Amino acid sequence: MIKMEYYLIISTLMFFIGIYGFITRKNMIAVLVSLELMLNAVEINFAVFNRYLFPNQFEGMFFTFFGIVITASETVVALAIIINAYRTIGNIEI
Amino acid sequence: MEYSSLIIIIPFVIFFLLGLLGKRIKSYLSGLIGTIGVGVCVVIAYVIFYQYFFKIGKTNKVWREIIPLNFKWFHFTDKLQIDLGILLDPISIMMLVVITTVSFIVHIYSLGYMRGESGEQRYYAFLSLFVFSMLGLVLATNIFQMYIFWELVGVSSYLLIGFYYTRPMAVVASKKAFIVTRFADFGFLVGILILSYYTKTFNFNMLIKNNAALVTTLMKGEVFCGLSVITWVFALIFIGAAGKSAIFPLHIWLPDAMEGPTPASALIHAATMVVSGVYLIARLFPVYFFASHDVLKMIVFIGTFTALFGSIVAITQNDIKRVLAFSTISQISYMMVAIGISGYGGCNGSAYMASMFHLFTHAFFKSLLFLGAGSVIHLVHTNDINNMGGLHKYMPVTSISFFIACLSIVGVPPFSGFYSKDEILTAAFYTQPIVFWILLIIVGLTSFYMFRLYFLVFWNHVKKLNVNYVELHESSILMLVPLIVLSLFSVFGGLVPFSIFISTDSMSFHTRIDWTVAFMSIIVIIIGIVSATFLYLKKNDKSTKIAIFCGKFYKIVLHRFYLNEIWLWMTRIVIFKCICIPIKWFDKHVIDNSINELGLIIQKISFSIKLLQSGKLQFYILIFLAGVIGLTAISFILLGVV
Repeated sequence: MIKMEYYLIISTLMFFIGIYGFITRKNMIAVLVSLELMLNAVEINFAVFNRYLFPNQFEGMFFTFFGIVITASETVVALAIIINAYRTIGNIEI
Repeated sequence: MEYSSLIIIIPFVIFFLLGLLGKRIKSYLSGLIGTIGVGVCVVIAYVIFYQYFFKIGKTNKVWREIIPLNFKWFHFTDKLQIDLGILLDPISIMMLVVITTVSFIVHIYSLGYMRGESGEQRYYAFLSLFVFSMLGLVLATNIFQMYIFWELVGVSSYLLIGFYYTRPMAVVASKKAFIVTRFADFGFLVGILILSYYTKTFNFNMLIKNNAALVTTLMKGEVFCGLSVITWVFALIFIGAAGKSAIFPLHIWLPDAMEGPTPASALIHAATMVVSGVYLIARLFPVYFFASHDVLKMIVFIGTFTALFGSIVAITQNDIKRVLAFSTISQISYMMVAIGISGYGGCNGSAYMASMFHLFTHAFFKSLLFLGAGSVIHLVHTNDINNMGGLHKYMPVTSISFFIACLSIVGVPPFSGFYSKDEILTAAFYTQPIVFWILLIIVGLTSFYMFRLYFLVFWNHVKKLNVNYVELHESSILMLVPLIVLSLFSVFGGLVPFSIFISTDSMSFHTRIDWTVAFMSIIVIIIGIVSATFLYLKKNDKSTKIAIFCGKFYKIVLHRFYLNEIWLWMTRIVIFKCICIPIKWFDKHVIDNSINELGLIIQKISFSIKLLQSGKLQFYILIFLAGVIGLTAISFILLGVV
């Protein structure tokens, strides 16, 4: 079985890559992508902790699903805003 | 007698009405409103007069004080509170009658005099304000209320002197009048505060009750700088009175105050406001008499000096209104002297009565003189008597009324001034002979300068005028009627039996004319008039010769003993240079600089932290991230994990 730490290393990397992108990117879609990366890193953490530390419970898994749904809807809203901004202003640079 | 409050309320309402409406109403309408308002006040004043003196005033042969209205205004402690109210007693009712009558006459005169001036509405509003505050002053039940109205008359005097605010001279004169009287009022205020600190009351009745027992018991033995506190207090109050009543050396504002419209000068600077100082001392007379006799002596001394000073200066002045102003200074000092030499009770207090009597008669003949002078100025458009002359031909009524006023002021029997002056002289004759002789000299000087003025303006020869001789004519009927009415008052005013109404102990007594004194004064008057006739009736150069003969002395007197210059020097050198400049330096270098430095430091700090507020979202997030990492690190360290 793969060790828990590997998962955590991957998620940490994802999280900080997300932060880096969030801070440095000027394109709003890139910022959105970075945001998704951060959220997904957190969801990996949920799933991993649940799987390894509390195998008999499913709260972490549910939280992950919950997070995925929220992420999806949030992406929808954000994209709608970005498209509207593009239509009115003409660019999506921050 | 609750209706007596109306006499204050009506002018106040009219002041607001005219002041707020301003130029939205026609100028003659504003004059009419003002005149009618004051007319109502006259009626009320005479009703009060009748009711008090003939119906309800006397109980057990004593004129009692009636307070128809009194309410608490400020309540500081149980013993110290400020009331507002109305006090009716013989002297306040006498003042009421004088003020309302003269101001009504002046209002009517103004309808003619001020016609066509710009800002007539403003003028009538100020006059109403003045009438309001003057009536409030004389009806005050306590010294603090009097002080409030005292300042209000100062303000309205300031406003009226500066009525022609486009003339720089008028602006300067109004400022001077305000600052000088304010300076004196500071003494008055300090006096009031010290007085109330000891006696715990402002009330006139309380202060003068039982021969000023309150003052003498509560303030006894208190000493400050070698003088007793009582003397200090009443000397300070006298300074306030001296400032308003133009007593030397605080008289300098009055001659300059003549820059205002002449009817206003007649009302304020001749008949009413300037005598409020005399009224104040008269109001507090029992306290002065029983508690601080030294101050009364000082009043006699200063008053005599001022009277002499005023009449000497009046001889040399060439501005018609300035002559009258110095005459006013001299006559008011006469009243002050009379109060100063007065005794208490019955016939001993006849000088006090005479002072009030002189105040009464002076109000009429002096306002008559001013109104006559106003008519002349209105006609020839100059104040300089060297440019007038021979006007009798053109304006006989004005000339005759001026003549009557002259006879009255110098005290020729049977004109009103004779009676009042005779009372003062008689009282002085029997109590303080030195003062009497000086007063007698002043009578002679008065007759000289008044007739000098009269002859130079109305007789002598016609000089070069600014106007065509064809245009010279008698004034309009609106300006003549007041002159005639005031002439009647000046002739018959002396017949009022004052000693029945006014006395120090509120009991009637009888006086009779002392013919020895009257004889002496008549001789002196004749000398004065004859010499004036000799010098000024016909065109001649005797007067200039005398002036040249007197040389330096004439020049000094002409420049009013250089008192203006002395005061200016005091202000410029002593106050400005020695006090104001160091204070200014301190203000500029210490206070301003410390505030500036504080501002600069804050500015520097704000510049350096301004970068944080860039508005860039991603930069905020970076800082947020840094904060989170920092906090995490700190919590790790604190928890001892690492």
